[in-house]
Amino acid sequence: MAERKKEAAVVVSQTQLADGIFSMWLQTEAAFSAKPGQFISMYTNDGSKLLPRPISICEIDREQGRLRMVYRVTGEKTGTEQFSRLKAGDAIPVIGPLGNGFPIEKATGKKAFLMGGGIGVPPILELAKQLECEKKQIVVGYRGADTFLKEEFEQNGELYISTEDGSIGTKGNVMDAIRENGLDAEIIYACGPTPMLRAIKQYAEENGMECYISLEERMACGIGACLACVCKSKEIDHHSNVHNKRICKDGPVFLSTEVEI
Amino acid sequence: MNMKVNIAGVEWKNPVTVASGTFGSGAEFADFVDLGRLGAVTTKGVANIPWSGNPTPRVAETYGGMMNAIGLQNPGIDLFCERDIPFLRQYDTKIIVNVCGKSTEDYCEVVERLANEDVDMLEINISCPNVKEGGIAFGQNPKAAEDITKAVKKYAKQPVIMKLSPNVTDIAEMAKAVEAGGADAVSLINTLTGMKIDIHRRTFALANRTGGVSGPAVHPIAVRMVYQVANAVKVPVIGMGGISNAEDAIEMILAGASAVSVGTANFHNPAVTMEIVQGIEDYMKKYHVEDISDLVGIVK
Repeated sequence: MAERKKEAAVVVSQTQLADGIFSMWLQTEAAFSAKPGQFISMYTNDGSKLLPRPISICEIDREQGRLRMVYRVTGEKTGTEQFSRLKAGDAIPVIGPLGNGFPIEKATGKKAFLMGGGIGVPPILELAKQLECEKKQIVVGYRGADTFLKEEFEQNGELYISTEDGSIGTKGNVMDAIRENGLDAEIIYACGPTPMLRAIKQYAEENGMECYISLEERMACGIGACLACVCKSKEIDHHSNVHNKRICKDGPVFLSTEVEI
Repeated sequence: MNMKVNIAGVEWKNPVTVASGTFGSGAEFADFVDLGRLGAVTTKGVANIPWSGNPTPRVAETYGGMMNAIGLQNPGIDLFCERDIPFLRQYDTKIIVNVCGKSTEDYCEVVERLANEDVDMLEINISCPNVKEGGIAFGQNPKAAEDITKAVKKYAKQPVIMKLSPNVTDIAEMAKAVEAGGADAVSLINTLTGMKIDIHRRTFALANRTGGVSGPAVHPIAVRMVYQVANAVKVPVIGMGGISNAEDAIEMILAGASAVSVGTANFHNPAVTMEIVQGIEDYMKKYHVEDISDLVGIVK
């Protein structure tokens, strides 16, 4: 009956990839059923911080039962800072995998954009590894020269980079990179900050492209009960009978035309 | 050893339920807990029509707790009766339907609609603003609290639990007012109104500006209020506020609660209620307590 539980995952390794960006491999049951675009709830071991931190999955190693979590430390004394101090062998409570991932089967035979921005870049890596399509164009945006995961992306598709300061690739954002390189596609998968997703959604709809975006919002339960992390939906949602989809349970990935952001 | 409790004529198999709004209607938690091991499931608040709730962000973490301003998003009573009641009826547990409204008529409409439904108890959330009275919560004025109790009692077929707001000068006075209005039980505490400011963005953490504070940080306040209320009224008291483990639950029972609700802790560990049921049983064995009711309010 009660087949899911909060689990003590074990840190396999932890490295710093860039300023404030950390990569942690976890030994966890969640790895066996995880899909690209899903997330796990990670909990601190600090009793003053009760709520889970929802972190999207960067890589899945199903054979060894491991997940790679690449996350940003959001500030001093935060839960993510506590995560960054964990060492190999330390336990970390997790629940997952949660949410619905990217629908990878939709890309078959199509030219695709896989787009990530900021801390929305990591989930694009497992997507790039699993996606089978005619043309795999990875377009990722960073603030500056700290282009974490660049080498891994290069091994999994055609890589285009934008940086806000122009230090690497196109100066500007991911949409500027598409224009500068004269790229086109039939399907888009994207994860990143809301302004970026809003621009991608508009671009996709103007060009009649199928587009899947991964949203984020403050969460409390992570399992669809508390109704904290809602977004405006075009259709009446099946859960609350209003126009609010739950990002944790109905998402985090949505068809762009389903939601208003 | 007896863990059964009788709350206003309804027998629960143990004294543990969940706080409204932290557990949906149970469906999302059914993967993590055996709903049949709960004394009762208290549903998220339901109104006469669907409510969209507040803008996001709706939650924020606070030291040892959290704040929320969900805004009582709910599907309305029709979909609730059609979907959520039959779901919960599959389990051997009592169903407490939490009711919210913006006016006396709203509450009465929901209560009347539930009269012929297969649910065990009603819990009335009187921390909602009364739109017709300038937005002051029903639960912040003894006369308004007594009146709303009388009004819903006219339509209710099930025992009525009035859920009290802690945002008052004297919660015992509020408890006496709803008891005078005919309440069959009281539950407390609802969340404490708070505010959190994000110093980096220099704005409110919640879109609603204020929100209800809950979690272990409020537990001592809840214990004090449960104690005051239990010593002021004859009706049973359901205690809640920051209960995170069996020890907190037992503390609340010793203060005067006949049953307890677990809220925010469900977000920290979805299976926490199972641990609390087990922990109460272990405590009773350890101290040779024959009947859970022997613990209720014995600390005077």
